Formats: sequence, structure tokens, C-alpha cells
Amino acid sequence: MDQFVINLIFVGGSFALYIGIAIWARAGSTADFYAASRGVNPVVNGAATAADWMSAASFISMAGLIAAVGYGNSTFLMGWTGGYVILALLLAPYLRKFGRFTVPDFIGDRFYSQTARLVAVISLLVMSITYVIGQMTGAAVAFSRFLEVDSTTGLFIASAVVFCYAVLGGMKGITYTQLAQYCVLIVAYTIPAVFISLQLTGNPLPQLGLFSTHTESGQPLLQTLNEVLIELGFNDYTGNHGSTFNMVLFTLSLMIGTAGLPHVIIRFFTVPKVADARTSAGWALVFIALLYTVAPAVGAMARLNIITTLYPEGIQGEPLAFDNKPDWMLNWERTGLLRFEDKNGDGLIQYYNEANPPQRAIDEGWEGNEMVLFNNDILVLANPEIANLPSWVIGLIAAGGLAAALSTAAGLLLAISSAVSHDLIKSIINPGISEKGELLAARISMAFAIALATYLGLNPPGFAAQVVALAFGLAAASLFPAIMMGIFSKKMNSTGAITGMIVGLGSTVLYIFTYLGWFFIPGTNMLPNTPDNWLFGISPLSFGAVGAALNFIAAFIVMKISAPVPVEIEELVESIRVPKGAGDAVAH
Amino acid sequence: MSDKSTDAYWKANIRIITICMVIWALVSFGFGIVLRPLIAGIPVGGTDLGFWFAQQGSMLTFIALVFYYRWYMNKLDAEFGVEE
Repeated sequence: MDQFVINLIFVGGSFALYIGIAIWARAGSTADFYAASRGVNPVVNGAATAADWMSAASFISMAGLIAAVGYGNSTFLMGWTGGYVILALLLAPYLRKFGRFTVPDFIGDRFYSQTARLVAVISLLVMSITYVIGQMTGAAVAFSRFLEVDSTTGLFIASAVVFCYAVLGGMKGITYTQLAQYCVLIVAYTIPAVFISLQLTGNPLPQLGLFSTHTESGQPLLQTLNEVLIELGFNDYTGNHGSTFNMVLFTLSLMIGTAGLPHVIIRFFTVPKVADARTSAGWALVFIALLYTVAPAVGAMARLNIITTLYPEGIQGEPLAFDNKPDWMLNWERTGLLRFEDKNGDGLIQYYNEANPPQRAIDEGWEGNEMVLFNNDILVLANPEIANLPSWVIGLIAAGGLAAALSTAAGLLLAISSAVSHDLIKSIINPGISEKGELLAARISMAFAIALATYLGLNPPGFAAQVVALAFGLAAASLFPAIMMGIFSKKMNSTGAITGMIVGLGSTVLYIFTYLGWFFIPGTNMLPNTPDNWLFGISPLSFGAVGAALNFIAAFIVMKISAPVPVEIEELVESIRVPKGAGDAVAH
Repeated sequence: MSDKSTDAYWKANIRIITICMVIWALVSFGFGIVLRPLIAGIPVGGTDLGFWFAQQGSMLTFIALVFYYRWYMNKLDAEFGVEE
């Protein structure tokens, strides 16, 4: 059967499933729409959270990022999972006990201030909207490669599907489609990884295969990879070639950024009890780690596979001829994400590090690296083709990539629409709105959010990748400290918390824009983005953790010199610290 | 529940959170990054223990920590009579 037909069956089948779930799980009330009526089983919520969290970046990009750098990009693995420990221990159970629908809800009530609520809404909207752009472009890439439709058509199809289950079902529809999407994406990610691990090491578990003996060379896989890379003039895979300080700071920023992402936090509002929020965080981490422990194996093995493809006769032998390029290279060249160029006109592809050319390159007169472009995003999507896996595995990867992008997009869209309908309309603009009116407002804002996301996906600002880093920085520096202080400091008052959020937000945005340009417009940066110019050597992407620290410091200083918190707020904090009575908090 | 036992419950919670967060930092920032040179002598499949912690071990420890905290807190809730 034709590959296109197979892809169509897999993608079409998964979409039909999502729409079926949407029809089954319609929302009848705001409690349904915002929090699935708090009736979600904690294990189901764990899987939904995993799909909600694992975005196009985790599914499509992460293994490629790790493959490109090796050890140095372990930051993504530790950072994006370590955040769940923070969520489980410091945030989720208390926010569930508080028993409201959104993150600005908590911040507004705990700091008894509409200003605090508004600052939280603004942070939430900026980070969620920027984040959703990445999902829409990720979905478009998958569509254009696998379904041969142009990305515009692809985006409209994706938006229509999300529209069905998000507008109809709200959190309830999203939860059960995310459960289905988790199953699709984890199967799609794991199957090729198991095959490749078997091919290279004979071990079916990629997590163990990564540290096993490479069958062909008879020595450990990572040792072989290191040797091959050094031979081509690249850094070895397992060594640390960056700044240890930035590695720590970047990991910490990703961790607290993860814990502060509103679309992840609201998932914990859907379970019945406080104890379930703890359980749910554990399962979420298990489901996430299933992919995250496989990703480094996929990265290392794919990198080795690609080099072996380019040097079919061994690393010292003759490189691959342009005429013998395998189909996957031709397929991906058409997308513009992969490019070769015969610089010395010998008809062979010489792939090496031209910044540090090996002796052989000089001896044989190579004139530069001839794999001139290899976009990191290709790695996972092309993985089954690189390893010559059967065509149904390729169809599965297509469905998986789309599941990852759409599930995260839906979660973000819900966070955006609930911030608008609940926090702006219900809490600030029109408190007298009826339940029915609010539900309608929620659906309309959801439809608007989808339209906006589609528009931004069609016209992505050139800085989408950097903006995702900004989203994490903002979450780390603004929302996370405010929520944490709201729970762990009874004395934290509104003036302190608002000052803290503004200082955290402001310093992070300022630092990022200083090096990456105002609003990411190229050429408007005030200092060149190189390590010598960074303040104390802190990379702009790692600044979220520093912003968070400034937030805490500013909040505590201002707290000391401003009016103390009212007694009823101290009582509120007391009550969210104990699980008993979470059921009561639902009806407010 | 009296204020006194609320305080005791919260203190016990803070204590277990602190212990878990120390382990959390030790396996990731510690073994995975800063202390990696110290444990570089322990070989693991073609590389060293620090690399394993950075790409596998830290995540496995995180899972264990979250489930341990869940078990401990459910027990603590029951002891203080604050469970739902």
C-alpha cells in the first residue's frame, strides 16, 4: 500500500477517535467546561496531563536537540521532568484544595486584589499565546510532510478538529481526548525506538540499549558514537562542553517554569480530592518519563544511524554518493528542512565539522561540510525511515506528532479562554453574569483563541523558538513565585506579591530583549548575544530562575514595609494547607 | 482540629518536603551536573554515572520521590485526622 494512504489511515483514524470523544463528552456547565466537574480519575488525569504537557517540542524536537549536543542538552530531560516534583510537593495539592477554576483565580483571591488577578491574567495570556504558536507550526510541519497537503490546509484541518472537542467539551472533552492522544503519541514514539534499539544493540528497551554494547562494533554504543564524532571533528557526545553554571541555571529555569505553566496547573483542578492531586502528579511523571527516558536513546542512536548512512563503508571509507541518497533524504529535502550541497563537486557527501576539520578533510581537499542543513525537528519524524522500518510505523509517527501538538494546543486554548471568560469577564468586568452566560462566554473565547492560534500558525512570527523560551522564563519569574508564596507564606500581602510579579516579569523580559532584540526584532538588541556580554555569564534563556529569585526578594522587602494581610486571608491559607474539606470548596 | 495540631501537621509536611527537595537537587543538579566529575570514576555502559543520572537516573528518582511523598502524606493526613 502507498505510504500516503497509510499515513492518511493513521491520521484520519486518530482524528475520528478524537471527534467521537468530543461528541460523547459534551460540557453542560461551567464546572464541566473549566474542570470536568472534578470527577477525573487520578490515573486518567496523569495521562491527560502528560499529553497536555508533552508538546510538539517534546515529541518532535527534543530528541533532535539532545542528538545535536549530547550531554549538554540533558538539561531538557531533567528540567522538564524535575518541574513535576515541584508541582507535586509545592503547588498541586494546595491549589486543588483551594478549589477554583484558574490560576489568576487563586492569585486574585489569595492576594485579595483585582490588580494581582489582572497581572496574573496578562502573564498567562502572554505565555500561553506564545506557546500555542509553536504547537500550530509543529502540526503544520507534520501535515505538510506526511499528508502532502500544504501547511495552510493542514492547519485548518487541525484547528477544525480542536474546535470540535475544545468548544463542545471544554475541559471534559479535552481530558478524554488527551487520554487518547497520550496513547497514540507514546505508542508512536516507543515502537520505532524499540526497533532501533534492537537493531543497534539487541536490547529491546531503549533505556538500557543506550548503555549497551553496539552489536556492529562490539563496544559500548556511546563509546562508538564518541569515537565517530571525534573522527569527524565534532565534540564527543558524553562530555560537558558548555558552562556548568548555565547548565544548572537553565535546568532550574525549566523546572520552575514547568511548575508555573497555567495549562498544566489547571489539570490538577479536575480530580476529586487533594490526595488525588498528589497521586495524579506521580502518574503524570510516570507517563512523561516513559517518553523522556526513551528520548535520549532515540537521539544518540539516530545520530549514529545518520553518520553510518553517510559513511556506508565505515568512517574512514568513501562517503555516500549524492546519487545513492536514500528515499528519506529525498523526502525531507522537499520540505526544506534538509539540504545537501556538493561543494567540491566530487559527487560524494562529506559530512564533518568544518570549524575543526579532521586531518582527512585537509588531505583529501574537502571544501566544507556538505550536509549544509539538518533541522533538529527531522530526527524523530524521519527516524523510522532512517532505520528502514515498515511503512505503518511511519504512519504512526505522523499521528503521534499531531497528537502531541494538538493535545498541548487544546490545553493552552482552555487556559486562555478560561482566563478571559472567568477571570476577565466573570471576576472583573461583569460579576453578575449567569452560569449560562459564562459558559457561552467561555465557548466564544475558546473559538476566538482557536482563530487567533490558527492565524499565528499561518503567519508565525520569525521568532517562534525564542518565544517558547520566553514563555518558560515568564512562568518561572512571575506566576511560580506568586503561587508558592501564596501557599507557604501566611504573611505575604498583596503589595508584596504584586511588586514581586512585576519585578520578576519585568527583569526577565528586559534581560531577554536586551540580548535577543526588543520584541525579538532582529537588530534591536542592545548587547550582542554572546557569553562575554552576558551579565555574570548568565544566558538569556537561563534567566527565568534569576527572575524568580528577584521576584521573591522584592516581594519580601515590600511585604515588610506595607500593610499586613487581613485575618481572613491568614485563615484562607490555613485552610488550603490541610486536605480536609476540599469537597466544600467546589461549590463557591 | 486545634491550632496546635495544625502547626504540627504543617511542620511535619515542611520537613518531608525539605528532605525530598534535597534529594531532588542532589540527583539532578548534583550527580547530573555539578558533582559529575566526582563520580566520573564509576563507569556505566561506555560513559560514567553522572551521564546516566543526567539522562535516566534523575528522572527515575523524581518518580520515586513523588510517590514516596504521596504515601507519606496520606499516612500523615490520617494520623492528624485531616484526610477527606
